[in-house]
Amino acid sequence: MATALAIDPMLSQSYLVREVSKETPDTFTLRLAPDAGSNGSGFQPGQFSMLWVFGVGELPISISGDPAEHDQLVYTVRSVGQATNALVTRAVGEGVGVRGPFGNGWPLQAARGRDVIVVAGGIGLAPLRPVIYEVLNHREDYGRLVVLYGARSPRDLLYRKELAAWARQRETQVLVTVDYGGMSWRGHVGVVTTLFKYARLKPTRSVAMVCGPEIMMRFVTRELENCGLSRSDIYLSMERNMKCALGFCGHCQYGPHFICKDGPVFPYEQLRTLLEKYEL
Amino acid sequence: METLERIIAEHPFFADLDHGFTALMVGCASNVRFKRGDYIFHEGDPADTFYLIREGTVAVEIFAPQHDPIVIATLAEGEILGWSWLLPPYQWKHQARALDNVRAIALDGKCLREKCEQNHDLGYEVLKRFARIIEQRLESTRLQLIDVYAAK
Repeated sequence: MATALAIDPMLSQSYLVREVSKETPDTFTLRLAPDAGSNGSGFQPGQFSMLWVFGVGELPISISGDPAEHDQLVYTVRSVGQATNALVTRAVGEGVGVRGPFGNGWPLQAARGRDVIVVAGGIGLAPLRPVIYEVLNHREDYGRLVVLYGARSPRDLLYRKELAAWARQRETQVLVTVDYGGMSWRGHVGVVTTLFKYARLKPTRSVAMVCGPEIMMRFVTRELENCGLSRSDIYLSMERNMKCALGFCGHCQYGPHFICKDGPVFPYEQLRTLLEKYEL
Repeated sequence: METLERIIAEHPFFADLDHGFTALMVGCASNVRFKRGDYIFHEGDPADTFYLIREGTVAVEIFAPQHDPIVIATLAEGEILGWSWLLPPYQWKHQARALDNVRAIALDGKCLREKCEQNHDLGYEVLKRFARIIEQRLESTRLQLIDVYAAK
């Protein structure tokens, strides 16, 4: 269930950059703390915020931090344009406007007592990281945690130290692959779907949460079904051009859905036919 | 001690293979080991073997002059390495390097081709299994080519 918005959702709250850390050559993680007079904000894993860089623009970014940390909001941003570049080049102490959190989040309630399969591609790991934190913070509430993560190359892998740390947790399997590996890369090379044959899955007692490029998600859902997961146990996080984040403007309309308001997380069953439509 | 017949029968690639076929293949099989860093085969070499990987990881690479080899896939326990033995000119198109100490079953391609020619039912079974692997790897290669994680 989404966190209730206590303030006008169209108004940004002022946050200050607490830390910027480089994840990959073009991707950075920002830690933002509420400025004096701003209300801190909790969030549900899978929700996103609208981040406003004054004078440049506003953009939707998934929250990638630990939901148990209430004194800051964490975002992982890939610098691909003017607004994202302005965001990742903010200096510590500079301001960022934050609206939200918005959206519905991952189905963690439905996943209680079951195995959780996290499948991420590229920066798609960012919206799923809060799920991993949540499961590890409440280990007794969930079954096994299986994380399958694919990236373009070793230097494009997010959260490398954390991936190694998660792999050491009990009842947790973390498998990482890259599309292109160099001689120094000792890990797996191949697309993320090639990891399924190494994953120890119990399909009938699992919930899968998937985030990445849509092409990748199409192939992953196919693989999950081949492994025996029911469509109703597969959830995808979608991305479109969110503007108002409240379902008013229609920019993020996807078939009959507004990604910002009805999503960004959807049961695969709801999206299956839409994912095959070229026009969407 | 595990017999070769049992190891072949339990390898996922030959899952549910008729017992008689497994027995036929044992005559073409042998246990092999490679140390970490060993080249299992090189591009252009005669392709007279394929491998059922039992333990360890193998990198399939493309050789590029004045460039580090490009790793195009890794294969691990339960997978098979090599299909160039199936079709003329029976030469490896890539090279394979052991990333760990690797244990495998080597199957003599020439020996197996002869058995498949003599027993077309065995030949069809073997081809069906290789066709599935080739289809999966072709799909993976296509996905790699799309470069889905590139910034748009």
